[in-house]
Amino acid sequence: MKRTVCVILCLIMLILPLSLAGCSTSEFEGEINVYNWGEYISNGDDGTLDVIDEFEKKYKIKVNYTNFETNEEMYNILSNSNSSYDVIIPSDYMVSRLREEGMLEKIDFENVPNYKNIMDKFKTSSYDPTGEYSVAYSWGIVALAYNKKMIEEGSVKGFSSLWDEENKGKILMFNNSRDAMAIAMQLCDPPIDPGSSSFTTDDIDEATNKLIEQKPLLKKYVMDQVFTEMESSQAAIAPYYAGDIYTMMLNNEDLTYCLPQEGSNLFVDAMCIPTCCQNKEYAELFINFMCDPIVAKANAEYIGYATPNSEAHDLLDDEIKNCELIYPPDDYVEKCYTFSNIPNDIYVYMQEKFVKACSSSAEVTDIESDDAGSNIIYTIIVCILLAIIIIATITMLTLNIIRAVKNRGRIQKR
Amino acid sequence: MKSKKTAYPYLLWMFLFTIVPIGMVIYYAFTDESGNFTFNSFISASDYSQVFLYSLWIALISTFICLVLAYPLGFMISRCDEHKQSMIIMFIMVPMWMNFLLRIYAWVLILQNYGPLDTMLNFFGIDISLIGNSGATILGMVYEFLPFMILPLHTVMSKIDNSLIEAAQDLGASKFYVFKNVIFPLSVPGIISGITMVFVPTASTFLVAQYLGGTQFMIGDVIERVFQSDHHTGSAIALVLMIVILGFLVFMNRFGDEEAVGV
Repeated sequence: MKRTVCVILCLIMLILPLSLAGCSTSEFEGEINVYNWGEYISNGDDGTLDVIDEFEKKYKIKVNYTNFETNEEMYNILSNSNSSYDVIIPSDYMVSRLREEGMLEKIDFENVPNYKNIMDKFKTSSYDPTGEYSVAYSWGIVALAYNKKMIEEGSVKGFSSLWDEENKGKILMFNNSRDAMAIAMQLCDPPIDPGSSSFTTDDIDEATNKLIEQKPLLKKYVMDQVFTEMESSQAAIAPYYAGDIYTMMLNNEDLTYCLPQEGSNLFVDAMCIPTCCQNKEYAELFINFMCDPIVAKANAEYIGYATPNSEAHDLLDDEIKNCELIYPPDDYVEKCYTFSNIPNDIYVYMQEKFVKACSSSAEVTDIESDDAGSNIIYTIIVCILLAIIIIATITMLTLNIIRAVKNRGRIQKR
Repeated sequence: MKSKKTAYPYLLWMFLFTIVPIGMVIYYAFTDESGNFTFNSFISASDYSQVFLYSLWIALISTFICLVLAYPLGFMISRCDEHKQSMIIMFIMVPMWMNFLLRIYAWVLILQNYGPLDTMLNFFGIDISLIGNSGATILGMVYEFLPFMILPLHTVMSKIDNSLIEAAQDLGASKFYVFKNVIFPLSVPGIISGITMVFVPTASTFLVAQYLGGTQFMIGDVIERVFQSDHHTGSAIALVLMIVILGFLVFMNRFGDEEAVGV
């Protein structure tokens, strides 16, 4: 009896996956690999539209969807591994880097009729001057969020509030070299254009000094922690991405925003087809689907950032559509800059300098005296420490060896 | 013969994931981008000496506090009857069943401004910032690594025979003498393994300072950050840290040996 049950169960186990596999092969006619930021597509949670599922149902093409955390991570995967991706969604400066290195395919816009929905101002840009390689997916600016109960409403005009003594201990700052340096550069005298592709190491040094100057006033360097810090009124003011500030404001009524008067960073993430793509037609089909007004609207609502799709924009709720934070007026957008691709050694230098600024001493108030004098003393202390350790280790080892040799002699004598 | 063979998988593992990585760290620390021998990474690593000393200092303080807290507790537990012992040990272990990051998060909630502790202190008119300073970092470390101090102390102390203490008392030793000449020497191995198990992770830990401390980084955070852009400097810092910890361990072991010989 037991045996028959066993056999039947085994048979079922064998047949089930086979039949399922049979279904799935007959269901899909092809597949594409999509590589995108995490949580950057409407996924069906809380009654939103499940974009990937819709696409799979409509075109019978299976979507293999994978995530990356940073543009650089995506770049490394694309350039070093053999994996093939059909659609990628990098940020502005990375699009220009990939384009310059010949890693992007031109998009055939015949196959992307929905491209007409994209606003004209996003069809060409500094990162893709001819507009042949990318289709804008989502955009936004960096703005300031601050707490009305801690800082008088309206008194925050621009990024200089992040250097204001009065807010000491309540300021948060980007924990990411590119964004933090950009803000510091804007406040240098004379301002350095953070969107330029040709700033020098001197410019970075100047911005670093600005950041070191700010450090004693800071509460923390944050990325995702900004949500808890601001929503629970732990910190008073923070620069962050506009769409995320909107989310914070929904969760804490005391928060409000400011579009910095100096102008700000405008970032665009765009859909591209890399040269390692295996099925360009399907990729274009996917891009076209993403530009569909209803799909683009669902994505914009899910992500919380602005959509470059004019049809989708019209479909949005008035409250979001008229929010200056998410859709800043055109004259403000003109004041903004987009990041361009900077040489790798400059980028590495910038990251290095940022870590140094972050790890500089918080107690030092006088910046001039900081660098040279005290650091040499600390370096000497570490060197002495190391020397003592190495000498002590060596002497102990030799003592042990001598003892062992003596002992052996003794044992042999016995 | 058989028992030797069963150890091979782990030996292979150790070679691949301990020896090879250490070799890579050393290689990276002494080379530049193009693979030439250089000391440049150590020169750029010297910019972080201050953070380095700060981290060692914090680690020493945390270890000392752990020892002061754990020593009497370890002794107390070891003198209880067995039933109670396993009970108390279990309560010490319980927090470790939960992920380390979650516990640090919980501390953030407790210590933050307008959090429960802050509200209570404000009620009594004490207005101090509980989070975002070295004190909070040390608190987090002590909380995190206290069990690693208690457990070895308890293991060693529970092996101290009660009759030894009684014998000392019979011979007219005062309480202080019993402690100084009997209990303390016998518990030295526990103290040493406890200090090692606390000092090593606290010196190299990261994230605790990022969550509980303010803008002051620990060396672990610096290594993590530097590695994102520059493997060579990162390796150099890591190598210096490894040497310091190694030296510390050798010193502790030496100290332990002599004490053991003395007893």
